[in-house]
Amino acid sequence: MSKVRVLVGTRKGAFILSSDGNRKKWDVSGPHFAGWETYHMKGSPTEPDRLYASQTTAWFGQIIQRSDDGGKTWETPGGEKMPDPYGPPAGVSNKFVYNTSPETGKPLTTHLWYDGTPRPWEFKRVWHLEPSLTDPDTVYAGVEDAALFRTTDGGKSWRELAGLRGHTSGQQWAPGAGGMCLHTIIIDPSNHHRMFVAISSAGTFRTDDDGTTWKPITRGLHSLYIPNPTAEVGHCVHRIAMHSARPRVLFMQKHWDVMRSDDAGESWREVSGNLPTDFGFPIQVHAHEPDTIYVIPIKSDSEHYPPEGKLRVYRSRTGGNEWEPLTKGLPQRNCYVNVLRDAMAVDSLDPCGVYFGTTGGQVYASADAGDNWAPIVRDLPSVLSVEVQALP
Amino acid sequence: MIRVVLPAHLRTLARVQGEVKLNLEGQVTQRSVLDVLEFHYPMLRGTIRDHVTHQRRPMVRFFACQEDVSLEPPDALLPDAVATGAEPFLIVGAIAGG
Repeated sequence: MSKVRVLVGTRKGAFILSSDGNRKKWDVSGPHFAGWETYHMKGSPTEPDRLYASQTTAWFGQIIQRSDDGGKTWETPGGEKMPDPYGPPAGVSNKFVYNTSPETGKPLTTHLWYDGTPRPWEFKRVWHLEPSLTDPDTVYAGVEDAALFRTTDGGKSWRELAGLRGHTSGQQWAPGAGGMCLHTIIIDPSNHHRMFVAISSAGTFRTDDDGTTWKPITRGLHSLYIPNPTAEVGHCVHRIAMHSARPRVLFMQKHWDVMRSDDAGESWREVSGNLPTDFGFPIQVHAHEPDTIYVIPIKSDSEHYPPEGKLRVYRSRTGGNEWEPLTKGLPQRNCYVNVLRDAMAVDSLDPCGVYFGTTGGQVYASADAGDNWAPIVRDLPSVLSVEVQALP
Repeated sequence: MIRVVLPAHLRTLARVQGEVKLNLEGQVTQRSVLDVLEFHYPMLRGTIRDHVTHQRRPMVRFFACQEDVSLEPPDALLPDAVATGAEPFLIVGAIAGG
């Protein structure tokens, strides 16, 4: 029977939730990295026991952790003692240095601050780790201030893919309320030279040449909160999602609006339809039904909790526009938690499992594509991210 | 023998308990202590001072002989009591927050 492993990052450490394919009884391990914020954990698609984790605090900065046994033990890549002081340095797994060299052709030193003044780029933390679809030692990291890094040695060292910030718009990017973070990385499974990223609040970008050059893909987005609502950059994209069998179709949860693209991001149309509010953070696609998508509506940008105090996942089986609330097993009164952008995931079992974590520390699971829900755990620290692995 | 006291989170990261004892030849300064500490415990690089600039992280402080020496130049000599191991060099996570 298959097994499921849910990787949960929280404000005060990481937790790993494990179950068999029935997804009814769960073992909980953790906290790993107790006391540290764990923004994200994710496993390699090719070696599922190879996990990567982003661990951070305001005091001691960024740490990258790696496990080769499914999270039982962890190490900082390259953290072993150097053989001799004059030999080559060991890895520097937490060294994220922006590339300002002339090689990019456009060395960047500043972006815009909230008040419109130039501000130096400053690394703060890794928001998202996206392992390669083919190589367990290659991982992409989305960081704040917004940039994309890549390791090809299992996390020992990282180099920026500077063409993204080197886009002509880079000096005009500005942070959103949560900072200027690159939070979404999607690798096209049908074309490994193509990737999509999303940045708050620059927008979303696509590369077709392995990250060397990038183009904004925002035509059709309309954001009333920026000076030019249809500008090429400046949209606060919260999350994008793709089904691996249909990589030209993208779904987006924007600051406001749920959007869909059928041409790899070249153009977007709104599919918010009958949602009670189209503000929210996460969006996910069913593992086996490319037109079934999930969002969790939040009341507004100033009130980050579910409308009416009812925690409802909304599912569309039509690729948007027509939405149904999923409520069985979820609190339908006095619920005022939020669900952050990286805190919803689906597994690949049949029926598809859906999972999400809340800022109140609950992790909910549905083993039947969202029809019924139950909490796996109720009292974790505030949940920052949820990923899931289906294991043989 | 230099004695270094790490904050709890960095002890966990370095997988040590109690004080760290380091052999250091030459002048005993903040820089030389941190250099030898990071040589023996590479996983601590970037957690106490910046990788590139070597500036102390904003919410980390250094103490020696009950004095806050955080603002001293990195190449200033530390007290003899630290250099001889009579007193530890303390790396402290600043008390911050509400």
